[in-house]
Amino acid sequence: MNNLQNFNKGFFKENAVFVQLLGMCPTLGVTTTAFNGLGMGLATTFVLLMSNISISLIKSFIPDKVRIPAYIVVIASFVTIVDLVMAGYLPELHKNLGLFIPLIVVNCIVLGRAEAFASKNGVVSSIFDGLGMGFGFSMALVMLGGIRELLGSLSIFGIQLVEADGILLFILPPGAFIALGFLIALINHLRKTA
Amino acid sequence: MAKKESTLFNMVSSLVIVTLVASTALGYVYELTKGPIAAAKLAAKIKAIDEVVLPYDNNPVEEMYKISVEGSVDSLEVYPAKKDGKLIASAIRSYSPKGYGGNIWLMVGLLPDGNIQNIVVLEHKETPGLGTKMNTLEFQDQFLGKNPSSFNLKVQKDGGDVDALTGATITSRAFGGATQRAFDTYMKGGQHE
Repeated sequence: MNNLQNFNKGFFKENAVFVQLLGMCPTLGVTTTAFNGLGMGLATTFVLLMSNISISLIKSFIPDKVRIPAYIVVIASFVTIVDLVMAGYLPELHKNLGLFIPLIVVNCIVLGRAEAFASKNGVVSSIFDGLGMGFGFSMALVMLGGIRELLGSLSIFGIQLVEADGILLFILPPGAFIALGFLIALINHLRKTA
Repeated sequence: MAKKESTLFNMVSSLVIVTLVASTALGYVYELTKGPIAAAKLAAKIKAIDEVVLPYDNNPVEEMYKISVEGSVDSLEVYPAKKDGKLIASAIRSYSPKGYGGNIWLMVGLLPDGNIQNIVVLEHKETPGLGTKMNTLEFQDQFLGKNPSSFNLKVQKDGGDVDALTGATITSRAFGGATQRAFDTYMKGGQHE
């Protein structure tokens, strides 16, 4: 598989949210607005990229039996770095995402890519894999957040389109499930016909 | 390069090295971001104080004092705003534990006689689209310029004067409760001159 394929597969063919149905907790939890979705997506992309790079570099020094604890330490370190840097330099975004940033540690996408890809491939293809998976995840979160924000508060990226109340349900947790269900159906229909 | 075998020594040594490198890196980043994080928190606090009191020329954060709340072990932080050495308003960091999603923290600006100057919501976990409407001017307008000694901070349903938010009576109640707590505490133990 070449690097372009490694990058592209994260968007549709193996999209973490729509196809693999991984990382549902942040997907359903933070996507009340498109901006929150984007912030969470980019934070996860950074962690995914850095952990993929480190793990593909250290994979031959880590004995098989302790690989999972070693990977988790690497991932947790990068998550903490994101948490600290965001609290210092982007306090507004940190206030919105606060609760969900530490949860990137247990996001199965990150450990999933470490285990399924970075531990078997070289640095360069792991970089492309991490970026593709991360951006695919961000894209899914922005789409879901955008739809929920549009229907729920009639705005997009914080810009009010119509001065009226939206369908409150889409801001609330049930709206996340409903919107995600329709999105998955649509994406799968497109994948089958394409 | 072949994979290392899972002998006890290999497992222990590789985990020690990984955790050592990780903790060193984290310690470094923590030192690096300690300053900006403290600065961001202070800036948020000063911004809230600026919004709820009249223009001042002292340093309210440095002159902060605490008053204990009656019947509770907690104490509230009071930030006095002064101009030419004279007290013009106080910002009180108050809370109510009765929000729909836990504590609601407010910064309440009171004039020395107890009139409400302005209120800012600091922290909350209310329902988006319902309880979060307490952040709007439409809701907060009814409190501004009122004195809680004559303006009953309970919602109309409980016999008070507060016009509650539609679908968010609990939030409105907690908002009024936090304001009442700020007023009671300040009138009892705060500086008024």
